[in-house]
Amino acid sequence: MIRPFGWNEFELILFAVRWTIVLAVMAFVGGGIGGLIVALLRTSDSRVLRVATIAFIRVFQGTPLLMQLFLAYFGMTILGFSVNPLVAAMVALTAHASAYLGEIWRGCIEAVPSGQSEAATALGLRYFNRMRCVVLPQAARIAVPPTVGFLVQLLKETSLASIIGFVELTRQAQIIDSVTFRPFLVFSIVAAIYFAMCWPLSLAARRLERKFAQATAR
Amino acid sequence: MANSSMNGKTDTPRRDVDVAVRMEGVDKWYGTFQALKDITLTVAGGERIVICGPSGSGKSTLIRCINQLEVIQKGRITVDGIELSGRKNIDAIRHEVGMVFQQFNLFPHMTVLQNCMLAPMKVRRASRAEAEATARRYLERVHIPEQAEKYPAQLSGGQQQRVAIARALCMNPKVMLFDEPTSALDPEMVKEVLDTMIDLANEGMTMLVVTHEMNFARSVADRVIFMDRGEIVEMAPPEEFFNNPTHERTRAFLGQIS
Repeated sequence: MIRPFGWNEFELILFAVRWTIVLAVMAFVGGGIGGLIVALLRTSDSRVLRVATIAFIRVFQGTPLLMQLFLAYFGMTILGFSVNPLVAAMVALTAHASAYLGEIWRGCIEAVPSGQSEAATALGLRYFNRMRCVVLPQAARIAVPPTVGFLVQLLKETSLASIIGFVELTRQAQIIDSVTFRPFLVFSIVAAIYFAMCWPLSLAARRLERKFAQATAR
Repeated sequence: MANSSMNGKTDTPRRDVDVAVRMEGVDKWYGTFQALKDITLTVAGGERIVICGPSGSGKSTLIRCINQLEVIQKGRITVDGIELSGRKNIDAIRHEVGMVFQQFNLFPHMTVLQNCMLAPMKVRRASRAEAEATARRYLERVHIPEQAEKYPAQLSGGQQQRVAIARALCMNPKVMLFDEPTSALDPEMVKEVLDTMIDLANEGMTMLVVTHEMNFARSVADRVIFMDRGEIVEMAPPEEFFNNPTHERTRAFLGQIS
């Protein structure tokens, strides 16, 4: 019953990468929206909102992503939804990314000098325009390098979705391994594929970091 | 606005029209520290007030309360007859009150022109063309029309502060607040900013200026206020203030800075 590891097997692994990318992109987009909301609530004037957001961040930063995936997956069945690994992985990864990006971006918002916000307020700009036109564009510049850095981490973390049975790169590799019994070869290939995706992103993050360091130097 | 106040009681209708800023019994705390103690001050339209005093005396806090960058705990503030309370009124007052900061606080990601156009377009809903025309007119008035397309970081401190003044003027304010506008400048740039402020004063702008520039106070101010420990200690026209101060603390302060 042992299948040899041939081109077909390699292709199966390689094409599973699209689900890894889908997961990463969806988590990044969802987490981007959620993270912006978290960052804004975290820096708001309302104490209640700040405390609630801190609690959200602490919970998701203080528990393993693996547990979050399990809870999302089994939680869905308890709530009466049909079990869908993609949706469960999406929910868990989005919440996870929202917490981390929210905390990264909070720091960036707070790094914009308070005088900027004051000047905008004194000119009569309300919260929405103050954020949109004055604070966020400046925070965004600072945010680019750590955000790309987090994207690398997120891409690798999608591999955990394999544990709830979602067939992405890692899960597909496990399946191929179980029929070919070439674990070292299979997982070397998988590692190489992850590396091929993450390394360029890491390089980009480092370049951006250097670029912005120069731009903000006085 | 002038008409509506004529309909009320006839004893002091003119006065309310002429009052630009009125502060009555204003108290301000930061936690347990009282930054302002029972401040009462009436500024007439067109009046130039200079506020001086040692650091930490509450002079910046006082003017920052007028457009509610700082929230007061007690007392009343009205600007141009509008009471500073409730969101609508606070917005209305901020539209009428321009502010210039010690650190300029220009928006670094926008050109000089964009800095000047932002508030008129977003707050006054001016068209782009209108806002640009206004911005160029005021940049002309502060003598830097040729810098319109540059970014703040490309300008000298004095130029940046003049842009900040132009930016505030683009909202066509009735009152201008200056919070130590020359304190962050190199000495050779102080004059160009002061000259701009003198021009503004000569055009009849109502101004409250926190500054250590006593020559400016002497030549421009209608009244000079000395503050210490959150209180208004002395308030007098400049000749009287400088030549004949009534309080010991004022004399000590003037002795230190001259």
